[in-house]
Formats: sequence, C-alpha cells, structure tokens
Amino acid sequence: MARPKKLRKITNPPGIKGFKPIRHYPAEESAPILLDYDEYEALRLSDYELKSQSDAAVKMEISRPTFARIYESARRKVARSFVEGVPILFQGGPVYFTSDWYVCNDCGCWFNHLDKEDPVIICPLCRSSNTGQSDVVNESNQ
Amino acid sequence: MKIAITSSGNSPQATLDSRFGRCSYFVIYDTESGSTEFIPNPNKEAMEGAGPASIQLVASKGVEKVVSGEFGAKVKAIFDSLKIQLVIVKDCTMTINRIIEMVSKQ
Repeated sequence: MARPKKLRKITNPPGIKGFKPIRHYPAEESAPILLDYDEYEALRLSDYELKSQSDAAVKMEISRPTFARIYESARRKVARSFVEGVPILFQGGPVYFTSDWYVCNDCGCWFNHLDKEDPVIICPLCRSSNTGQSDVVNESNQ
Repeated sequence: MKIAITSSGNSPQATLDSRFGRCSYFVIYDTESGSTEFIPNPNKEAMEGAGPASIQLVASKGVEKVVSGEFGAKVKAIFDSLKIQLVIVKDCTMTINRIIEMVSKQ
C-alpha cells in the first residue's frame, strides 16, 4: 500500500472556483480538469510570487522534490486546459488551510480573516475598516 | 453571536489573560442577549494539550470569535478548521468590561 500523502499547507486559497475557455462558437463544455489546491499553491508560489522551489517547498511544509512533482503536475494540467480548451476547476488535494493575520491600525489588535470571498475586512473588535495585512509573522503562532 | 474572551479573574473588572489554553477563566459573551458567563478553565494546570482541550470547551459553547492575548502553535490550525475567528489583543491590561464594550458597539 502506498504511503499516505503528507498534508500541504495552503496560505492563500484561490478566490475563484475555476476557469472556462472563451470559444469562437458555442460548444458543449467538456468535463473540467481538476486542479488540486496544492497544485494551485505551487503554481502561485513559483510563477506568481517568483519564489525558488526550495523556498516554496518550505512554505508548503513539504520536501523540495515533492514540490517539484506537484508543480510539474500543475503546469501540465494548465497546458492541457489551454491547448484542448478544457475548463479548470480548483478542488481538493491533500491540503490544509491557514489564514493570514491582519492588524487593525486603530486599536492595534491582530485577527484572522476566515471568509476569503468577503473583500471588506473590518476589525472584529472596534469595527474599524482601517486594517491591513500583516507581513510580520507572529512567531508564536507558527 | 457568542464571543469567548480569556480572563484572568471571574469578574468583569478582571484583565484579559494573555494565554489561551491555560487562562484562568473563559468569558462567554452573547452579543444578542448581552449576557456574560464566567467559566473556570479546567485545563489551567494541564501539562500538555491545554489548547485543544480549551478549544473543545469554547467550541461546545458555540462561539464564533475568541479574544485572547496569544494563541499556541496547535490551536490556530484547529480554530481555522472550525471557522472560529481569532483576535489577538496585545494590550493585556485591558479589562473584560472594556472588551465587551468594544465588541458590543456595532
């Protein structure tokens, strides 16, 4: 029996559900390619944040070879989607989510924001919208 | 909505407890009825696993937010999966009264 997969840490899950091809003529949509969250995160860290594979692997708490494998699979899926015009759906994978910390500029408290689809971030304590994402990682919480 | 606040004493004049898992008391505040309930923390002297045990306690009360001075390493991932929001207040001299005042002012 294969060894169970280690859980991959996802700091920023996608804000959308997936992609659909734009066509010249109406056609029936073929079954979507399922892009796992870990593959999305690998693509995001490598090609959007331009991190090196070893840094990205540390971020996802997996080994560098594992990261390379996930990234390879992600690229192949995206390429297949582009070439064949197949929709992409973000879904599943052996992952767990962490939310980032935000800081309120008015009362100075820290909080996390669970509903990623809600773009308005309000301080849960003083209701101020004068908040920002905290880049400083709170060491005791990592 | 119910909010859990970690407290160092069992009165509203007590200050915020800086630790989550091993705080002295949990205050369960209900924003709709305005009621507060003080629960002594049974995990205060626990050697280990105080965080997860305390999560079970506050989660069983149906809270949606937890206010404390600090959260341990194991705690955050569990709260994330339970969809309970965490609020860290760095200023531990704040009294429970003051925090309740802040969260109830909508």
